[in-house]
Amino acid sequence: MRNIVDPAVVPAVPDAPAAAPLIEFRNTSLTLGGRTIIDDVSLRVEKGEFVCLVGASGCGKTTLLRLLAGLLHPTSGAVFYDGKPVVRPRRDIAVVFQDYSNALLPWRTAFDNVALPLEDLPLTKPERRERVLQLLECVGLVGEQKKFPAQLSGGMQQRLQIARCLAQDPVALLMDEPFGALDALTRQSLQDEMQEIMVRSGATIFFVTHDLEEAIYLGDRVIGMRPGRCVTEFAVDIPRPRNQLDTPEHPEFLRLRRALLEFIKGGET
Amino acid sequence: MKRRRFDWRGAVLPVAVIAIVQIYVMTSRVKFDNIAAPTAIAAAGWQAVADGTLLQATLQTLGSALGGLAIGTILGLVLGVLFGLWQPLNRAMLLSVEAVRPIPSVALVPVALLIFGFGYRMEILLVAHGTLWPVLIFTRSGVRNVQPRLLEVSRLLGFGLWTRVWKIVLPAALSQIFVGFRIAAALALVIAVTVEISANPLGIGAGLMTAEQTLRPGLMYAFIVWLGLIGWALNAVLLQAQRRLFAP
Repeated sequence: MRNIVDPAVVPAVPDAPAAAPLIEFRNTSLTLGGRTIIDDVSLRVEKGEFVCLVGASGCGKTTLLRLLAGLLHPTSGAVFYDGKPVVRPRRDIAVVFQDYSNALLPWRTAFDNVALPLEDLPLTKPERRERVLQLLECVGLVGEQKKFPAQLSGGMQQRLQIARCLAQDPVALLMDEPFGALDALTRQSLQDEMQEIMVRSGATIFFVTHDLEEAIYLGDRVIGMRPGRCVTEFAVDIPRPRNQLDTPEHPEFLRLRRALLEFIKGGET
Repeated sequence: MKRRRFDWRGAVLPVAVIAIVQIYVMTSRVKFDNIAAPTAIAAAGWQAVADGTLLQATLQTLGSALGGLAIGTILGLVLGVLFGLWQPLNRAMLLSVEAVRPIPSVALVPVALLIFGFGYRMEILLVAHGTLWPVLIFTRSGVRNVQPRLLEVSRLLGFGLWTRVWKIVLPAALSQIFVGFRIAAALALVIAVTVEISANPLGIGAGLMTAEQTLRPGLMYAFIVWLGLIGWALNAVLLQAQRRLFAP
């Protein structure tokens, strides 16, 4: 099992660039009730990449994520993960939902929520306990382990959901507007934690957001969607680690922000 | 947990009624065969405790009620989960459920008698039949109302049916299931006593009928008071359990 906490064990970037991408949408389309939701999308995500998907609401960002998670099936084309088509959800793809309070088990403590994915693994009790504490530590919730989700703030609940997803030991972490329901300050600190989690876990991150600045701040690449289609993409050439003070003033940040804003505005006319 | 203190003001009315009846019976010159002085009720009750009839009757009634409740709850739980999880099954069974459910348990006494004759088995059958429905209906709605996001989480974790039911669906529906169970528990006592009064020569209900037919109002009222106490205790235990289980 890969160790999430110790960065020395897992390199952030895989040693050999694989020939096949980790994730590939190949001419993927989805039609529901005669309406085309996803229209012939082709998209590749390399292993270890942090890809952000932006676009106006209703343009199919979440649908794309659900196709990748195996929660939906394309009408035509396919979604490949590790070279094989995704037919059902898999353990090594974890999904962080925006509505953290619905996604947590309200009758379980923080500790037991994180333990959920570990319960059917062949671990001894102390091993499981250690792993859960490690994950809670990773998201800064060790002191809250005995509390129930309803006793935690929104930011803490979302951290808890992230910890539970990390317990799946994911190779790909799919995040559906994870910070959309949080206040601005909490969002910033979670964004910074996400950078660390990315480095520590080495996970490939597929991040859906409608916040352009968040997308630039976090992503290696930002993909812009128009209804049903992926239309544009920008590589984010800003060095890491990024920080909330300097990065938003980086010329590249400003350039990308303008370009993305123009893209979004262009979609409205 | 904060212990709620007993409010003595609530005792004013019962105490007054008891005192008035006592004085009325003592000062009246008529010999009653339909009401009894509270002292006579207490005496008859004590007599029933002393000679073991009360204990025996209580065990018979509670045994049937709890036995039937257990069977009804298990069946209701299993069917409720199945119907809640699987809509086609629910739709296929809806008419049958709605056709059988409204039949009063007492109306099935003759049927149960034909099947099992007098005794525990017919009473347990009737209690099970009556308690099945509230558990089934509350379980079904609880299962159906499980947060869809949680079902998605269980899909994403690759849980099989059993794990999904055990770890997600049942805990999520538990508070609703418990409401159904509390209704069923109260119903169990009612059905058991009704069956005993109408047919079965067992338990507190039969004791009540015998007391009535032999013109012993003291004993009759003693049984009634005792039933009230059992019902109250049952509800108190379940309320306490509910508070423990679903404390915020």
